[in-house]
Amino acid sequence: MKKDIFKIGNKILQSRLIVGTGKYKNFTETAQAIKASGADMVTVAVRRVNILDKKKPILTDFLDPKKIKYLPNTAGCFNTEEALRTLRLAREMGGWKMVKLEVLGDKKTLYPDMVETLKATKILVKEGFKVLVYCSDDPLLAKELEYLGASAIMPLASPIGSGLGIQNKMNLSFIIKNSKVPIIVDAGIGTASDATIAMEMGCDGVLVNSAIAKSKNPVLMATSFKNAVISGRQSFTAGRMQKLFYADASSPSKGLI
Amino acid sequence: MKVSVLNILIMAKIQLNGSKLELKDKCSMFKLLQKYKMDSKKIAVELNGKIVNRSKYKSTHVKDKDKIEIVHFIGGG
Repeated sequence: MKKDIFKIGNKILQSRLIVGTGKYKNFTETAQAIKASGADMVTVAVRRVNILDKKKPILTDFLDPKKIKYLPNTAGCFNTEEALRTLRLAREMGGWKMVKLEVLGDKKTLYPDMVETLKATKILVKEGFKVLVYCSDDPLLAKELEYLGASAIMPLASPIGSGLGIQNKMNLSFIIKNSKVPIIVDAGIGTASDATIAMEMGCDGVLVNSAIAKSKNPVLMATSFKNAVISGRQSFTAGRMQKLFYADASSPSKGLI
Repeated sequence: MKVSVLNILIMAKIQLNGSKLELKDKCSMFKLLQKYKMDSKKIAVELNGKIVNRSKYKSTHVKDKDKIEIVHFIGGG
């Protein structure tokens, strides 16, 4: 069997589960959960350094960017300019070219502003960034992102942090079928089975943060997600049985006493 | 115009990460980062909206009314 390789741009990832580093109780828990998840890429945010409290622990002390790949995001950005500014600073910090673009359009739903997202993608690709794009689950807009040079398309399952799972399987399956670049379900995954379903549908990867960080036992939940993503991928690769409309006995009727 | 002694001593009034700050000595970006014990490998610096390349910290001087942003990575999804 051909080796199952997960590649975004030129980067080969060992795990199809990408995890966020936000919302944890503390950095120790963050580091433990991420280790348990088996992820080799994590999303991070860019924010002001706290200049008044120099002794406060920082993320990089717990997660070594040399050992685990940082994927800087633009969380909290509501237009192209803010997103570009954030990612250019991220690149300056350590040469990060692979980034997660998310341009939000609405504070309540955190739904992506796709007009700004398309605009920002175009500029970032031109500047040499490898852009993983958080987007709506619109099949045509997803294709447009691919045309613009996005390295991966990351449609939401449901609103960020909602844990509502995949709300529009039909749209997601259209996106998967039409795409030549990896599809990573981002946002809204609530529990392990959501991730398995996404993977069984043929997604290339899953990005999870809240479902792990906000669970009662984040380290255990991270392990659960690791298994769920592997399981879903194996199931997809194996190819599920055909659905039948009638029963088909599993035990042979020949030799029945 | 009344100029107080204090104002003469203060070389530059700057804004650092949104906080107002008064610098008494002439200062390079490198010195400023040193003062705040910043590990230059873990941060990025923006001066008046433009990124300062790490190799230019020593040759970049902080002037009156400069707006400086120092950022780093934090947990996020």
